[in-house]
Amino acid sequence: MSAPTDTGTPAKNVPAATPGKRVVRALGTGIPVYVLLVVLLLALLVTDPGFYEPDSFLSFVKRAAPLVILAAGQYLVIVCGEFDLSVGAIVTAGVVVAAELYGSFPDAHWLVVTAVLLVGGALAGLVSGLITTVLRVPSFITTLGMMLILEGAVFFWTGGSPQGVLPSAFRQLGRGTAFGWLPWAVVACLVAGTVAVLVTRSDFGRTLLATGDSDRAAALSGVRVIRVRTVAFILSGAAAALAAVLVGGFSGVSAQAGRGYEFEAITAVVLGGVVLGGGRGSVVAAMAGAFSLQALFTLLNLQGVSGALESTVQGVIVIAAVGLGAADWSRLRGRRTPSGSGPPGSTPTGAAPPGPTPPRPTPPTGTHPSGGTPS
Amino acid sequence: MNAIRTVRRRALAASAALLGAVLVAACTSDAPPESPPAASGGGSTADAGTGKQSTFFEQAEYDRQLALADQTPEGPADKPWEQMLNPEMTDTSQYKTADPGDIELCFSNAGVFNPWRQVGLKNMRAEVKLHKEITKFTVLDAQGKDDKQISDIQELSARGCDALIVSPNTTATLTPAVKQACGKVPVIVFDRGVETDCAVTFVNPIGGYAYGAVAADFLVEKVKPKGKILALRISPGVDVLETRWSAAKVAFDKSELDVVDVKFTDGDPAKAKSIVTDALTRHGDIDGVWMDSGATAVAAVEAFEDAGKDVPPITGEDQQDFLQAWQDKDLTAIAPAYPTFQWRTPVIAALDILKGEDVPKEWKLPQPTITQENLGDYLKPGMPPLHYAMCGCESMPGFPKDWGGK
Amino acid sequence: MTTVESAPAPSGPPRKRTSLSGGKGLSTVRRSVDPVVGVWLAALAVTILGWIVVAAQGGNFLTTSNAVAILQNCVALGLVAVGQSAVILTGSLDLSVAYLISLGTLVAAETMASGGVVTAVLAVLALSVAVGLVNGLIVTGLKVNAFIATLGMAFILRGWIEDNYTGPAGEVPVSFQRLGYDRIGPIPVSVFLLIAVAALMWLITRRTRLGHHMYATGGDEHAARLSGVRTGRTVVLAHVLCSLCVGAAALFLAARLAAGAPWAGTEARYDLESIAAVVLGGTALAGGRGGVAGTLGGVFVLAVLDSVFNQLSVDPFFKNVVRGVVIIAAVALYARPRRTPKPPKALPEGRTA
Repeated sequence: MSAPTDTGTPAKNVPAATPGKRVVRALGTGIPVYVLLVVLLLALLVTDPGFYEPDSFLSFVKRAAPLVILAAGQYLVIVCGEFDLSVGAIVTAGVVVAAELYGSFPDAHWLVVTAVLLVGGALAGLVSGLITTVLRVPSFITTLGMMLILEGAVFFWTGGSPQGVLPSAFRQLGRGTAFGWLPWAVVACLVAGTVAVLVTRSDFGRTLLATGDSDRAAALSGVRVIRVRTVAFILSGAAAALAAVLVGGFSGVSAQAGRGYEFEAITAVVLGGVVLGGGRGSVVAAMAGAFSLQALFTLLNLQGVSGALESTVQGVIVIAAVGLGAADWSRLRGRRTPSGSGPPGSTPTGAAPPGPTPPRPTPPTGTHPSGGTPS
Repeated sequence: MNAIRTVRRRALAASAALLGAVLVAACTSDAPPESPPAASGGGSTADAGTGKQSTFFEQAEYDRQLALADQTPEGPADKPWEQMLNPEMTDTSQYKTADPGDIELCFSNAGVFNPWRQVGLKNMRAEVKLHKEITKFTVLDAQGKDDKQISDIQELSARGCDALIVSPNTTATLTPAVKQACGKVPVIVFDRGVETDCAVTFVNPIGGYAYGAVAADFLVEKVKPKGKILALRISPGVDVLETRWSAAKVAFDKSELDVVDVKFTDGDPAKAKSIVTDALTRHGDIDGVWMDSGATAVAAVEAFEDAGKDVPPITGEDQQDFLQAWQDKDLTAIAPAYPTFQWRTPVIAALDILKGEDVPKEWKLPQPTITQENLGDYLKPGMPPLHYAMCGCESMPGFPKDWGGK
Repeated sequence: MTTVESAPAPSGPPRKRTSLSGGKGLSTVRRSVDPVVGVWLAALAVTILGWIVVAAQGGNFLTTSNAVAILQNCVALGLVAVGQSAVILTGSLDLSVAYLISLGTLVAAETMASGGVVTAVLAVLALSVAVGLVNGLIVTGLKVNAFIATLGMAFILRGWIEDNYTGPAGEVPVSFQRLGYDRIGPIPVSVFLLIAVAALMWLITRRTRLGHHMYATGGDEHAARLSGVRTGRTVVLAHVLCSLCVGAAALFLAARLAAGAPWAGTEARYDLESIAAVVLGGTALAGGRGGVAGTLGGVFVLAVLDSVFNQLSVDPFFKNVVRGVVIIAAVALYARPRRTPKPPKALPEGRTA
């Protein structure tokens, strides 16, 4: 229960004329994901009554933090109609680069290294964004290429494995606790979540949604589409770099730290009811999707589902949950359409609000690199 | 308004599907419907929670490896990569080259997709540099693709190399290609084998059974009876890793230890850490950790620390970060090795073959284990965290810089 | 939404957000930069460049054995990519191909070990049809985005494989291995398999009603539906076609590997690589534009690149960098003509139903 509250809190912080409606609107298209999350959290409670002891619950949130942050970043990109497949590679590259930096400068201050990573992540995002917007390369291809380039370049540079060790000061953010009980990762997650919510509530957030809904309409009404999209990529890159700091802190140097994260992040966002192709969905729901995914992993692990069958169950649940999200619930609830809930008024040209939903999400563009079997 | 009807139908279908999925997921809690009791950590049956034996398990090979592990190898003790166990020499005079001063060696590599293979390839390149007579050394990297490696082998055997070294990506699937190559050029296979003995020699250490057994025996010795063991594996279906686990399973089944969980980490430290943390929540305490490889050992150690518990006896591998943690934290640990120095041997074997000197048909290398006693010999400060200590590279030119150390 | 305006023009231009300017230049302008021609020109350029670079290093690039090796390396990826073209044209996508290949090789090898070759071929094709059907039905029936639907399918197949197989399994008789190793003259038999499958797919996409429907559905699904195309059925059929091609790739790999391998498809990242090849071949990711001929060109470019890297013994990590740059650069080049003025309604492709 507390996870939705966690993610919900920032939403309530925003001064709103009608708080009740505000919350409903924030929930919006994400209703199924909250149901899913509650079901999973209840299942966790049944499986392991100790799960809600503060320590183990906080450690759950800590573990979910990188994915939540990635989901928030990915949301910004997806909601404006694009994809970012390079986030997993940015995480790997971030961890390896940090270790490599410490290999050369063992005494570097952790803040400096973290800042370097964040700037680097933002730069990668900037390049992806510019290639996507200025050169008109579909973001799927841009970020797929970026993924190959980043992974290749980092390992080419380090000769396959990083040279340094991550010192404990740097790892504090991913591993340590504040006041002896509150993991820093949870703090980072809350801060990032709040920032993400504030961003989506700002003017920029509204133009982001408008761009995703119809970039031509947005452009006609004066939105600088290129800049908006590029900024989304920059933020996603920076979020991925922050996730790299957390992952590197949590588990140390690894040459495959970010493997599979890109598709987990996209899955989380889609679980949150955000439509691939853009224009619809809330960032809180996207982050709830990330929590759901992490809860599912934990549940499968605790249930002792045969290691091998785990992925089968995961596949079925993801398909089913998204199928559920694709369904139009307003008809069943007999209520006002929630599809207009992701601030629809922001669509400058009022692109046919009465239509229940856009016909279908634009055909998907995206992939996941199947992790090869290490041997 | 057809649309609305379809929308509703869609909603119903979707909710039915999710309901089904939730039911499936829920069912597993008490009675896994039809999933075979493979590697699940049930722990209620007489098999000590280790699940059924791997289809890879071969009793004869298991017995052979455990016997080999007790033998003293022939050859210089300070150069384990030149040593051999129980050699049956074979005549190679037919391969003697006419021009021993101008040798082209070719190597078809499965890939460099993990640090073990990266360290190994560095060892091999360094070994090649030691021999002036090797004028050309061609490496084709298959990037983990069987299909590409087959083509690579075909390409190399048509290229006029004097000898071809192969590190197969998969045992069964590269057999036809190696057979073809055998007809054209002397072939040296190492690491994984192939299902043909047409290669002049097959270089490999004792093997996975010995590895797994050493680690399991250590836990049987150090952990009190009825102690709870957590077994962490990389992923199912990788032959060299399956043998490690199946040997450990034999040892655990014989012992009084209780294997509470067998989990796959995908080699991802973050996942390993989560699994250990969850296991601690679920079982209260863990009295020993068995691992089929070292990549995630440090993560497991940290999971205990972060939970505020003492680190129980743990097994790892000869990876630098684990050895460092072992020394710094004074762990009760053992590190069996699948030594990377075996990457040097194929080059030595190839040169022997081209000189027409006898080589063993199967060149069995020793497989040293790092214990508390010899930890200091293997832990070299300044090496990168993902370095493998059993590289046999300390006295080679370029060490430690070329291996990323300082 | 925008569909309203395009409704009266059923064969209207593809309305895709991702390509921002749905409009295209005049058809004559397009012709000169037709991606299919472009990609084959690129293949030629890469070959010549490779030849020069390799020659500068003292090697010989244009030997028969090397040319044959390049063709051979096209086969597996080519078969998958041809299938992938079908779904991408239709506006969908298939991420489950890698695991389907793995499972296909396992089923093939195991069935061949116990039953006959014919049974095994039929079993693999039946498996493919089933997987394609399920993929298609999830996408169209449950309205799950193809990305997620096929990703989920990939996970389901992965669990199935990992639960039932612990490594290479089965055995392929020597008679069937001939598909992987034999040659007619200098040309490997399997290349003819690829040509046959590609030709068949070309006929289906360009010369049948189903093909027209695929382009129409991928171009603008809503408009296609309004003009009487049963888009759902088209998407399902595209998925089945794709899976069948993947099944053919699995059979080829089984013949080549002489056994089933649980990671035959995943280690080679056929899911990613096939999509990259399709896009490299000029097929629009959003659907509706492109085709099999371009895809083959894309596959060929990747194979030639690989061969050049091989000849030069390039560091495998550096290969990835180059591949990434090539893919982005190629698509950027294709995208360029569309930056010229954007009339909201360009000429229809002329092939839509």
